[in-house]
Amino acid sequence: MLDHLWPDRRIPLSWLLLTRQPGRLLVALAGISFAGILMFLQLGFRDGLFDASVTLHKRFAADLVLVSPRTMSSIAMASFPRRRLVQVMADPDVAGTTPVHWNFLLWRNPQTRTTRSILAVGFEPGDPLFTDPGLVERTRVLSQRGRVLFDALSRPEFGPIPAWYKQGRTIETEVAGKRVRVAGLVELGPSFGADGNLLTSSETFLSLMPDLPPGSIELGLIRLVPGADPASVAARLRAQLPEDVAIYTKQGFVEFEKNYWRSSTAIGFIFTLGAAMGFVVGSVIVYQILHSDVSDHLPEYATLMAMGYPLPQLLGVVAREGLLLALLGYLPAWLAGQGLYVLIRNGTKLPVAMDGPRSLLVFGMILAMCLGSALMAMRKLGDADPAEIF
Amino acid sequence: MSSTHPSPAPASDPDSGSVIGPSLSHRNPGPASPAAASGNGNGRGQGHGHGNGHGHGHGHANGTPGATPGQPSLVVHDLEHWFGSGANRRQVLDRVNLTIHPGEVVLLTGPSGCGKTTFLTLVGALRQVMAGSVQLFGQELAGAGRRERQLLRRQIGMIFQGHNLLRCLSAEQNVQMGADLLPGLGYRARRDLSRQWLRAVGLGDHLGKLPHDLSGGQKQRVAIARALAAQPRLLLADEPTAALDSRTGREVVELLRRLARDQGCSVLMVTHDPRIPDVADRLVEMEDGRLSEASITGRSLSGSVG
Repeated sequence: MLDHLWPDRRIPLSWLLLTRQPGRLLVALAGISFAGILMFLQLGFRDGLFDASVTLHKRFAADLVLVSPRTMSSIAMASFPRRRLVQVMADPDVAGTTPVHWNFLLWRNPQTRTTRSILAVGFEPGDPLFTDPGLVERTRVLSQRGRVLFDALSRPEFGPIPAWYKQGRTIETEVAGKRVRVAGLVELGPSFGADGNLLTSSETFLSLMPDLPPGSIELGLIRLVPGADPASVAARLRAQLPEDVAIYTKQGFVEFEKNYWRSSTAIGFIFTLGAAMGFVVGSVIVYQILHSDVSDHLPEYATLMAMGYPLPQLLGVVAREGLLLALLGYLPAWLAGQGLYVLIRNGTKLPVAMDGPRSLLVFGMILAMCLGSALMAMRKLGDADPAEIF
Repeated sequence: MSSTHPSPAPASDPDSGSVIGPSLSHRNPGPASPAAASGNGNGRGQGHGHGNGHGHGHGHANGTPGATPGQPSLVVHDLEHWFGSGANRRQVLDRVNLTIHPGEVVLLTGPSGCGKTTFLTLVGALRQVMAGSVQLFGQELAGAGRRERQLLRRQIGMIFQGHNLLRCLSAEQNVQMGADLLPGLGYRARRDLSRQWLRAVGLGDHLGKLPHDLSGGQKQRVAIARALAAQPRLLLADEPTAALDSRTGREVVELLRRLARDQGCSVLMVTHDPRIPDVADRLVEMEDGRLSEASITGRSLSGSVG
């Protein structure tokens, strides 16, 4: 069958060179896979951390977001006058708004009695806050003062709240020195800045932070009527509102937050450097393997030249070896990456997943690694002198 | 002759017809000869790779020995070669002259270090000619570029002192590396050709074995099959029996001579082996870079061709 489809087929020399030396092939594949896993790990962490910084941002039920211009990131939200949100309502394209309080408060672990900073989000119960369906109904219980909804995905250092709650226990603890009761669970997920989250009513929030200036909020969510263009409405509002607020589209707000972590912290650099190290280590391994492979077979290459095979064809053999190594090494790296991401998700609750762009990026890097090394190893082929083999 | 050569029956092989069929009638009327399985003596690859008709291989004038009967395979004239330069310059070859006609088997002997191997690499288009002239099949090697020499090498079969087989390839695949050089043949045709050559050298039962699993004599026979599979017009062999015991060595050389002859291929063989001069048509000796015709000690076999 193959003979008819591909009559020009040759002996698959590259494949045989690799597979007839299983020990060497195994070492090469282990090296490439290791480099690939390292890249997947580092890039996964990097992207996971950036994504984790916007776990809440992505869920906001908003088309536009109002923040203070002094706000640089979600870990340090400055406040602005709530009046601005009322002013926004005057625009015909605005369908609704949600004023949101946002601050880090000290949560006492009810089991160990230690305290830890938790992100508290305060809003009017019944107002749309997140896009999650059904959440609005669950927030009704917050209209009772001193009640909070605890994020079940928060890190375990806050105490075994989800387990206790599911057992039906009444959980009371202190937030910012005031007694609160856990009235339910939500599932949001920790972000890079916040290890845990809790939702509460504006009233409870203000009682937890009595020093807040009256009439100030940290975040204003704006929903538009269907069909309105968020960018043009944002531009219009920006022109109307005074300088004490900044306005973003939802996507722009997400990017703004990610950009903070990317540019103002060492995270991006550290993990990109880690991935680059994987690339370098992998390149060295593949080069070593291919170089010694060419050296070991130099008399055989010289024999082929003596038989009349042109040098480019032999260079192609080495290039194909590199290509095969890349393909064979990528597969286990990808599979191991999947497994590691599951481990990371379970261990850190960071939203790390194998996505298309990263799979492609790592494949591209492995390909560059193998072909680059093959290119270097090819120079050795120039040493093959057919006149020396007699 | 030798018991190691089974008689392949090309007619029973359904795949063989398209490759070697046309030439069978020219040279080897009967399938009794082992070489008949692969002996497409008259036509070269280009000539009949695409046709089943008898007329194809015959009429082509692409350098078939029969097509230009008068032309020698190799003409060496006043060839000189040296290594080093200036005061260190050492003359290796000194005004060497040699002519080999199609189908001729020439043995080259001489003490080690006399320049035999250098001579082979020059004739084999592996080295640049410095002074003098080497004509392969009418084409001048002096001044030929790398690419020209590479193409010319495809018409020269080489058999080395060591077998120089590719370790990672089976016997069959090794031979096919030779057959793969033939233009215009499909994969299956080249594979079948390789199998027939292996059968012709008596290794039909060892097609899939790696060189590692073959004995020294078997490896050398694979090397012969590989060299012949490319359908060369000149075969260069550098002490092909050096690594073999005398009986195996004798068998290998006789096989080489017979197969080459059936192909109309000339042979230039460097050897020290005192037991094999009788396979040669001519014997030449080299000493201190000079070549001289020696008396033929064995019986002349030149009349047996065709």
